[in-house]
Amino acid sequence: MQFLFKTAYTDDIRFLARTGEKIRVALVVILLLAAPFMLQDYYLAELGLLLVYAIAGIGLMTLTGHTGLVSFGHAAFLGIGAYTHSILLSKGVPFTISLLITVSFSAAVGMLIGRSASKMFGFYMAIATLAFGILIETVFGEWSSLTGGHQGLAVPDLIVFGLPLAKAWQQYYLDLVLTLLVIWGASNLFRTPTGRSFLAVRDSELSARCLGVNVEWAKIQAFGVSAAITGLAGALLAHHLSYLVPEVFGVLESLKLMLMIVVGGMGSILGAVFGAIFVSILPVALSFLKDVLPASIGQTAGLEPLLFGLIIVIVIVFEPLGIYGRWMKLRFFFESFPYYRKSSYVRQKSYLKTDRMR
Amino acid sequence: MSVAKTLSVRNLSIEFGGVHAVEDISFDVAPGETFAIIGPNGAGKSTIFNLISRLYTPTAGTMHYGEQDLLRLPAHKIVHAGIGRTFQNIELFEHATVLQNLMVGRHSHMRANPFLNFAFLPGVRKSEIEHRRKVEDIIDFLEIAQYREQKISDLSYGARKNVELARALCTEPTLLLLDEPASGLNNEETDDVSFWLDDIKHDLGITIVMVEHDMNLVGQVADRVMAINNGRLLAIGTPDEVRNDVEVQRAYLGVAA
Repeated sequence: MQFLFKTAYTDDIRFLARTGEKIRVALVVILLLAAPFMLQDYYLAELGLLLVYAIAGIGLMTLTGHTGLVSFGHAAFLGIGAYTHSILLSKGVPFTISLLITVSFSAAVGMLIGRSASKMFGFYMAIATLAFGILIETVFGEWSSLTGGHQGLAVPDLIVFGLPLAKAWQQYYLDLVLTLLVIWGASNLFRTPTGRSFLAVRDSELSARCLGVNVEWAKIQAFGVSAAITGLAGALLAHHLSYLVPEVFGVLESLKLMLMIVVGGMGSILGAVFGAIFVSILPVALSFLKDVLPASIGQTAGLEPLLFGLIIVIVIVFEPLGIYGRWMKLRFFFESFPYYRKSSYVRQKSYLKTDRMR
Repeated sequence: MSVAKTLSVRNLSIEFGGVHAVEDISFDVAPGETFAIIGPNGAGKSTIFNLISRLYTPTAGTMHYGEQDLLRLPAHKIVHAGIGRTFQNIELFEHATVLQNLMVGRHSHMRANPFLNFAFLPGVRKSEIEHRRKVEDIIDFLEIAQYREQKISDLSYGARKNVELARALCTEPTLLLLDEPASGLNNEETDDVSFWLDDIKHDLGITIVMVEHDMNLVGQVADRVMAINNGRLLAIGTPDEVRNDVEVQRAYLGVAA
């Protein structure tokens, strides 16, 4: 068992305090950097897609996991990112500028939604964001002069600073750099006042307000940050899809994002990454299952949504903190070996809080 | 640290759809004073706190802290005026650590700029460390160092009470509103609270307004007591005066005096 002795205040700020953590993170980064040398183009593209979903997951996690605001229409921001970026690129705007405009625009739309949503609670917010998602999908479908409608929109080639990134490994490195940037930035956010005010709003709006947090503004900011990150993921996703149709950014995609953060583990950035790994592996496992299962079951339409729903239910019942929760337990098991007991992580119920101010 | 001011409340009233929760209550709290509000359940004690914190808006009356008209401030600006508070039902951020809770207590003194925070520029790091140091002073003061890294959901009730008090102190208040600081604590812990209240008053020079049922504690620490019932003022005075007041006895014991 390792004890952590803190001797300076910087020790509280540091991300990776333990040696084990440092080694694990370094190992993962090295593996990710080395991936193009080990994987074929197909798997490399899949890995890039996984990273893009990790970014989108962190976007939704900021809102739902850290600020406690539910969004069932988050694929809309993915779509806004993808379409804005592609349209700007096709108008001849350079990649970096287009990316900046896309992220800002996404954030602006997010803050606009956040402004209305900051006055809502629970179910009402879920319904409102769901409606927003459907609305945006319809806009993509109907505004054909700009988005190409249901015919689709071809995404221009990936050219960064005049350098065409046509190879799979080049695109992969772009995804990787931006993913690391988002993970680093989001982690920063939660060790500084902005992120802490989000956590405060999630756990008790009442005392957040009495400690000087402008709750409505914090919610608007959370929507803004979340939409910006998801919009960035959308822009990167566009280059992976290379052809945009509205249906891609529908309700099912929003559900997929929600599944990601629930299965990954609410309230942690690592959880969003775990979730992205999970949803990327699921279709592969599913296609494998389809071959094994008898045709009457394996070929049934709607098998994927059914599995999505089933997995969400199972996770909520048995492991509310998702894969991240499992990971914490596993870590604790090894750190405290051989003292781990079955009851080490039994959940406590508390009846201290009231919501009577609402 | 800024200097404590006089809290003056005049003709404060609030109605909730015909229920007069607080009716025409006036009182002054002098700087450095410990002022206790007592009364039976449902008397309107916590409602007065929620009015001062601006969580509720009164239907009539005025509230001033020094020169500052509290009615002109939104709830999240009250802490900037120097008024901190705790809650009867402990409102901590349960899924965060003690340290994070206390750092939120510093929120009113920090700049929360998402862009600077995202990039964690050197200025942000410096401010984090500076405020972390201030938090450590409070941790020392209330002797909660052993809980620093723990999540609130893992703490006992008594420890949570202390952490909530610590969080309120982190805002560097000049006036502290304590909603039942000793409820649910055993005798020993209540004694601790009494010592701390003394220290907060004398060492930190903070004015205290508290709602409390434990009359022993009130007798020990309060300079003046206000008794209310059904939203109306019964008596204001020293603890002994209020204890011997006929109206107060009638409200508590229901005897025909």
